[in-house]
Amino acid sequence: MHLAELQAIADREQAARKPIRIRCCVAAGCLSSDGQAVLQQLGAAVEAAGLTAQVEVCGVGCMRLCSQGPLVQVDPGGALYAKVTPASAPAVVAAVAGAPADDAPAQLDPAQPFFARQWSIVLEHSGSIDPERIEASIAVGGYQALYHTLHELTPAEVIDAITRSGLRGRGGAGYPTGLKWATVAKSQGPDGRKFVVCNGDEGDPGAFMDRSVLESDPHRVLEGMAIAAYAVGASQGYAYVRGEYPLAIRRLELAIRQAKKLGLLGSQIFDSAFDFRVDIRIGAGAFVCGEETALIASIEGNRGTPRPRPPYPAECGLWGCPTLINNVETFANIAPIIRNGPEWFAGIGTAGSKGTKVFALAGNIANTGLVEVPMGTTLRTIVEELGGGVPGGGGVKAVQTGGPSGGCIPERLFDTPVDYESLVKVGSIMGSGGMIVMDGGTSMVEVARYFMEFCKDESCGKCVPCRVGTVQLHRLLSKIQAGVATEADLAQLRELCTLVKETSLCGLGQSAPNPVLSTLRYFPEEYAGLLRGEVGSEQ
Amino acid sequence: MAARTLTIDGKAVSAREDESLLEAAMEAGIAIPTLCHLEGVGDVGACRLCLVEIAGSPKLQPACVTRVAEGMEVCTDSERLRAYRRMIVELLFAERNHVCAVCVANGNCELQDVAVAVGMDHVRYDYLAPSCAVDISHPLFGIDHNRCILCTRCVRVCDEIEGAHTWDVAGRGTGARLITDLNQPWGEAQSCTSCGKCLLACPTGAIVRQGTTVAELQRDRSRLGWLVAAREKKQWNG
Repeated sequence: MHLAELQAIADREQAARKPIRIRCCVAAGCLSSDGQAVLQQLGAAVEAAGLTAQVEVCGVGCMRLCSQGPLVQVDPGGALYAKVTPASAPAVVAAVAGAPADDAPAQLDPAQPFFARQWSIVLEHSGSIDPERIEASIAVGGYQALYHTLHELTPAEVIDAITRSGLRGRGGAGYPTGLKWATVAKSQGPDGRKFVVCNGDEGDPGAFMDRSVLESDPHRVLEGMAIAAYAVGASQGYAYVRGEYPLAIRRLELAIRQAKKLGLLGSQIFDSAFDFRVDIRIGAGAFVCGEETALIASIEGNRGTPRPRPPYPAECGLWGCPTLINNVETFANIAPIIRNGPEWFAGIGTAGSKGTKVFALAGNIANTGLVEVPMGTTLRTIVEELGGGVPGGGGVKAVQTGGPSGGCIPERLFDTPVDYESLVKVGSIMGSGGMIVMDGGTSMVEVARYFMEFCKDESCGKCVPCRVGTVQLHRLLSKIQAGVATEADLAQLRELCTLVKETSLCGLGQSAPNPVLSTLRYFPEEYAGLLRGEVGSEQ
Repeated sequence: MAARTLTIDGKAVSAREDESLLEAAMEAGIAIPTLCHLEGVGDVGACRLCLVEIAGSPKLQPACVTRVAEGMEVCTDSERLRAYRRMIVELLFAERNHVCAVCVANGNCELQDVAVAVGMDHVRYDYLAPSCAVDISHPLFGIDHNRCILCTRCVRVCDEIEGAHTWDVAGRGTGARLITDLNQPWGEAQSCTSCGKCLLACPTGAIVRQGTTVAELQRDRSRLGWLVAAREKKQWNG
């Protein structure tokens, strides 16, 4: 494969394009609302109308406004149809043909803030290309950054570019990506092997960013992994995807097969000396396997439990070899940084947090779906402008970021800019990008109890504070919720939170008390109001 | 092997560079409570009792898996650490059914010793009182899961020293249980060599030799007659 051949594929793809294109979302959300049948009906209607010469119908990745799915969009013009059913699909084709029918599905304004205020880097091709065809990806520039990397940059230059871009890990902790790459590049393993691992074990309740990226644009992730492997000196990669994402796994498998066939993965990629293979490892449903050391144990075929760090995987990871682990979204940012330059990326976002972040908006919010916004955008903008606030117009009470490891941020702090440091300052974390919006009717004690229930069920059981502490915390929260707790129980709750936070072995336990601590901090009256009447009388 | 000099609880200590803080402290006569640590097998840092404070590190570090470093200032005993250790032992006592009065290991139990050492005289948490199985399918040994604290010493000693890897852990959270082979009864676990190392490694009364439990105690009264005959009739063959 040469650049010219890549370009030829892109040109062929462009030339085959028909004047009108009807895009239908076939990512998991829309598929669950019969998106596949809508796609078929659209195709049948085009054929029935004799428009096959001018109109093409194509299944694409996530168009983001999942609550309005299945979504169908028409190019050019961008007419966007919501909640299309197999029955109403022919009406979309009729409208394209210039004969609008009465039963046409509702149209959305593509210029509404939900779409207009987004800034797409990670999701730039999500919803516009067919995720099951590598040619579609190549037509929009896929694998060009890899070519450029292999032929024009040294590994050190790649790492330097990533470092200068200011990219930080999108899995939640925000570790500088360039620094991590440099560490792996400098580390020497026992047998010279190194590995690149993509963490797609997205387990936070209410988070679906990584799933969407894998389902909508898998080649972007593979390209990012290949560039990373070149930079750190690895020739084998693993994509660890949770088993609950069958579609993401299937599309990634397909993408790997297609890339191998074209010589974009495998031996001597782009006729260089660089070899890189990617295999998929499927998670078996344990949340803790999103923690890097547990993930490594799981790939090795062992029980997925974390181990103490240091040594960090960058020095001693898979089978004792230096291992680079980045999140799906982190890898999805790599190709654009190489393509547009680190300065471009560093120009987006805030001083400490560069680029954009994808969030999954869920909960009591009008526009459930994916948003990608520059770092530093305020929570208010995300929740109220893009998200459209609470359906029906009630007030938003709080937003929960970072899943079971994050915290609840009250409405009065919604002017907080979304960046790593600011979110930590208000008692939450960036996390992987789940954002659950809660209205006035939500009990914050119940929210804390829900997340603690999740953590106690997902604790691997290795270390005592997390294994037993979360169970005791859950019992205390249940007691408070039931209105039978005393002041002493509340004090014990606080004390146990501190213990679990400070003494647990891995991030799961260390962050498990965050939902409790943040609700205690911002909504103490809700806890106090649930305590038993005779406060303090029981000693 | 290079040496490192550090201070532990204000005391200057020298240690080999590959030593853990726990080893260095023990050599210096400084006791740090442990439960999952067992000399001779790999450390896992799971019980969290040996957490220590290291100057300049915001996080508490487990002494068993933290290497010594030049100039390190370690504190193994502070009010915070004492409180945490006590709470961790309380959590363990509340987790399963640790009833010392009816336990084979009473008076010879590391969990009990640690409770005394950290000053845990009562448990403030709800006893979870789970219903745990007892497996006595093995001809020589038995395991009472009610007394297991999931320290995984048996797992490591079986894997690392005997090389059998009969033991492992299944399930998660408080539902985690030690299993033999692929969760078969111990007596049917073909990989078990009956070496008994797990029994020797167990810190509590969870893994026991059969015939040593209180319920199994049987008095052989016929021995009395034999003894009397031996003494009075000088008959030794009864």
